Amino acid sequence: MISVESVVVLSAILFTLGAMGVLLRRNAILVFMSVELMLNSANLALVAFAQKWGGADGHVFVFFVITVAAAEVAVGLALIVAIFRLKQSINIDDLHQMEG
Amino acid sequence: MATLAQIAPFIILIPALGAFINFFWGMKMGERTSALVGIVASSLTFVVALGLLSALIANDYNPIVVNPPFLDNWIKIDTLEISWATRVDTLSVTMLLFVTFVGTLIHIYASGYMAGDARFPRFFAYLNMFLAFMIILVMGNNFLMMFVGWEGVGLCSYLLIGYWWDKPNGEGWRNSNAARKAFIANRIGDFGVLMAIFMMFWAFGTLDFYKAGEEANPTAGAHHGEEVHAEEEAEPVSEEEAEPVSEAEGEGDAHGDDTVAYVSYQTEGVEMHQLGVFGQTAYYAKEQKESGEAKVFMLGDMEISLDVLLVIVTLFMLLGATGKSAQIPLFVWLPDAMAGPTPVSALIHAATMVTAGVYMMVRSNIMFYNAELTSFIVTLVGGTTAIVAGFIAMGQFDIKRVLAYSTVSQLGFMVAAVGLGAYVAAIFHMMTHAFFKALLFLGSGSVIHGVEHGHHHAHKHDDQHREDYDHADDDPHDDHFDPQDMRNMGGLSKKMPITYITYLIGTFALAGLWPFAGFWSKDEILADAWLVGFEKGNLKGFIALGLLIAAAGFTAFYMWRQIEMVFHGKARTEASEQASENPPAMILPLVILAFFSFIIGFINIPTGAGIFAVGLDGSVGLHVLGNFLEHSIFASAFVLPPFQPLIAFTALGIGIGAIILARGIYGGTKAINAEGKDPLEADPAIGVVWGIANARMYWDEIYFALIIKPYMRIGAFLANVIDWAFLHDYFHDSFILKGYKSIGQLLAKPIDLGIIDGTVNGFGILARRTSGLLRKVQTGYVRTYAVALFLGVVLVLVLMLVPLITNGAG
Repeated sequence: MISVESVVVLSAILFTLGAMGVLLRRNAILVFMSVELMLNSANLALVAFAQKWGGADGHVFVFFVITVAAAEVAVGLALIVAIFRLKQSINIDDLHQMEG
Repeated sequence: MATLAQIAPFIILIPALGAFINFFWGMKMGERTSALVGIVASSLTFVVALGLLSALIANDYNPIVVNPPFLDNWIKIDTLEISWATRVDTLSVTMLLFVTFVGTLIHIYASGYMAGDARFPRFFAYLNMFLAFMIILVMGNNFLMMFVGWEGVGLCSYLLIGYWWDKPNGEGWRNSNAARKAFIANRIGDFGVLMAIFMMFWAFGTLDFYKAGEEANPTAGAHHGEEVHAEEEAEPVSEEEAEPVSEAEGEGDAHGDDTVAYVSYQTEGVEMHQLGVFGQTAYYAKEQKESGEAKVFMLGDMEISLDVLLVIVTLFMLLGATGKSAQIPLFVWLPDAMAGPTPVSALIHAATMVTAGVYMMVRSNIMFYNAELTSFIVTLVGGTTAIVAGFIAMGQFDIKRVLAYSTVSQLGFMVAAVGLGAYVAAIFHMMTHAFFKALLFLGSGSVIHGVEHGHHHAHKHDDQHREDYDHADDDPHDDHFDPQDMRNMGGLSKKMPITYITYLIGTFALAGLWPFAGFWSKDEILADAWLVGFEKGNLKGFIALGLLIAAAGFTAFYMWRQIEMVFHGKARTEASEQASENPPAMILPLVILAFFSFIIGFINIPTGAGIFAVGLDGSVGLHVLGNFLEHSIFASAFVLPPFQPLIAFTALGIGIGAIILARGIYGGTKAINAEGKDPLEADPAIGVVWGIANARMYWDEIYFALIIKPYMRIGAFLANVIDWAFLHDYFHDSFILKGYKSIGQLLAKPIDLGIIDGTVNGFGILARRTSGLLRKVQTGYVRTYAVALFLGVVLVLVLMLVPLITNGAG
């Protein structure tokens, strides 16, 4: 039986990787993937704690997160396609017209 | 109570309606209809007045107070309740009867006299309006209603004096000046009336003459027809007659308490507020006499005794009467008031309105009776006015001005009668005077009209369109012709015979020749003066006797002078040569008034008249008017003098003597001498005195010098120096303008620009700078936002976790 601690540590590592990806990557698709990574690290932690306490709540949360993430990916990829059509680029550093 | 009397409040509406119709539709209706409306309204009023008389007789002469169905509580402020109640008693009905009767005749006369006038309907509207106000004046049951009428007749008088305000050549200006003079002089008098009203309300808490159920004189009528009556009444002061108001008629179940006697329906615990002004006066006067200690009123912080209060109130009333009834010192307006059309002079300024002051004083008889000082002053004012005005009348050439001064003089007789306590005699003389003075004025109007026509007639050869002239439009020939100047007349007795005969009757009545009306009424005043002087030993009686007998002599003299100048001798101008008698509408009233001037004196035959009464004392009765009026005069103040043969013969002798003297001076062709002068003026000895009379004793000039000039000087000083130079130039510029400017500067620069603008701009600048700093945060790079988000989350987590850690450690 894998201990909860080791699963949570894995989850934290995955979350950190995701966060670094969001902050440091310039490719929009990769930023998206990093966001997915963060979501799934959270799912991993939820599942681990749910198993630890023996409740169903964590599992239910995870299902919701997966569903929302799927919807988000659909909208997000559509946005990226639209941006690409406009700019011929998916580099997010090219998108700073909203500068104050 | 007689139901007929219930129409009393509505009598006011009849002339008011007539005035209303003439005001709004008069111009469309034309002269005939317009005059008809006025005459019908006026004569209907007379008919209603007759109805009220019959109602009064049916009610056994007891007063009837009628509240109209509307306007019941006309004014109600806290404890002050004033109802629009009309009073039908012997005094008001007497006034009403002669006012409406003479008024109707004058309306008829005016329809002829004013024919062709440009504003004919307006004239009749004013006349009807005047009647309405006069009725309010005499029929009101409280001082405020009387005052409404008082002011109303003053207004109508003003409007009618200035009726020809648009005459050319400055005459219109003179007319409207005369109107203003009348109004202002009356205003001074009105101040007196108002003050009297205020003081009475202050002291008595009411303005009603009498409250319901109260009577001035419940004992009246007890000894009608008794020969000894007058002697009994002659010394009423100390006897049981002194009781101001004796007990309730019919219901004599008043036990013990004296106060009960004042209200007929009340039997116990009568309160003062159940008594009217006069009832309270009588009650307090009696109480004061019985207890011997002065009744004291508290007026605010001021203590005032009954005697002082009555003297002040009656003196204020006297001031009002000197204004309205044209007595010294305010009489100057009446002679000028002759600027109005002649029917106005006859109706308002001889017969009715000018008697309002006397009416008010007679109405307040109990007050004057109890104010001995005022009575003395009133006698003095009346007597002096009578003789002064009589003297001035002898020096006038204007036919109406002579009559105006004569009116002032006769009003002086009435006022003196009030002062003597001869209230019946005052009303009697007022009544006879209304008839014969209206007659004389209408006669003078007839003369003026005739002479004016004669003047136009004389000029018709060089003026083709003679048909369409009217009075208001003088044609160019009229510039220097005065149809009222007696010097332009003469010999009119043949041209205008009916006017002449009626004028003679009026003259005899005014001069007091037997059997004409003036003989009886003037004689009664003189008899009263005799009574007061010789039998009571009161000084005012002697004063009045002396002044009034002399004034009576003047009266006969100036009237005969007028007859000689106007009617006798030869025509002195072409106008009077061509004069002709007037249409029936003008002649008929003259004849009727002449008839009454002849016989009206017999309604008050005194006891002991003997041969003078020509047996009529049996059929008509003695003191008919006196006994009638007794119901309105407090028992203690009621006097009916017996006939005084000595006085009667003296007065008659002086009257006839004065006429003979006047005939000697002015008779035949001597009326105006060759230089156009009065024979007295030409006489070196008398000329100076005559000049004073002709100059009206310089009365107007003295007023001008003493009052108007200083007033104007003060006015000029206030206007030029105080107002203009000081206030406008100096004070305004150096204080107000300067101060305003410096305050303005202060407000504008440091406060408005500095503080207010600074604050507002400061906020603006602050917002701009802050936003300039903050906008740099918005880089547009997604990464920046993500970092901010992460850091924020980290911060929140730290803040959430730190307490957990410390708690866990603890």
